Amino acid sequence: MYPVTVRGTATGVPPDQDRELLGRLRAGDEAAFTALVDKYGPSLLRVAQLFVSSRAVAEEVVADTWLAVVTGLERFEERSSLKTWLFRILTNKAKTRGQRESRTLPFSSFVGDGDEDETAVDVDRFARDGHWTAPPRGVPEERLLAGEARGVVEAAIGALPANQRAVITLRDVEGLSAEEACNVLGLSETNQRVLLHRARAKVRTAFERYLEEDR
Amino acid sequence: MSIQAHQLICQEVVEVITDYLEGAMTADLRGAFEAHLARCPHCAAYLEQLRATIRVSGTIEAEALSPQFQVRLVAAFHDWRQP
Repeated sequence: MYPVTVRGTATGVPPDQDRELLGRLRAGDEAAFTALVDKYGPSLLRVAQLFVSSRAVAEEVVADTWLAVVTGLERFEERSSLKTWLFRILTNKAKTRGQRESRTLPFSSFVGDGDEDETAVDVDRFARDGHWTAPPRGVPEERLLAGEARGVVEAAIGALPANQRAVITLRDVEGLSAEEACNVLGLSETNQRVLLHRARAKVRTAFERYLEEDR
Repeated sequence: MSIQAHQLICQEVVEVITDYLEGAMTADLRGAFEAHLARCPHCAAYLEQLRATIRVSGTIEAEALSPQFQVRLVAAFHDWRQP
């Protein structure tokens, strides 16, 4: 009925649609509520699962988020995008919930994730003078179109340490800006960038392995 | 990381590449970085792979909410809306 994207992101959707839906939501319009849930719900659930242990708990966090959204609509000042506002509410709820479950949450300013000594690329692929000995070979079109690239990348993201997974999910999967991701996760710009760097390096490695299959 | 802006080797390029993509480099370092890329097809290939990885990441769809969960959300909405 409404032109919402399956992905639940704002990509390609004019922000006016959000403003219109929010206006109608304030008036108690159920169709506006379901349209917003369709649009942002899947992403909210995905991000919730970065913080809590089970899908059931993630759903509770998402349900709490939507309740906070409708009761707190007046507080949305439209200084950020609706998506960012939603994610901020969600992560606050998720962190509280995660703490109650005593699951170790990685979101302190401490960037330590055991990866301090890791390099973006295996050192064996460089000569002592720092030049490539085993260089990457680009992106063959056929491998990209083979249809499995997405699954490989998704699996690699799933295998990351929690705080790297959180940053790359918000930035590259959900499309938040650096500023928005820092805001949502409570990270400094530098820390966020370090985590993003490590995450992307690992995912690229897995992606390259896939690209090189049968080559 | 202190890297001489007038010289960048491949092993350094792959470590500062995120700073480059984030626009977090000094003008000098960015110049050295781009100069290196212009003459090094290996690092250019690395950047291409990294960009492709990012692009593919952005196409991963979030799983749809279950029908039961959607019903639950709408029910909560009704509860809230009740005068």
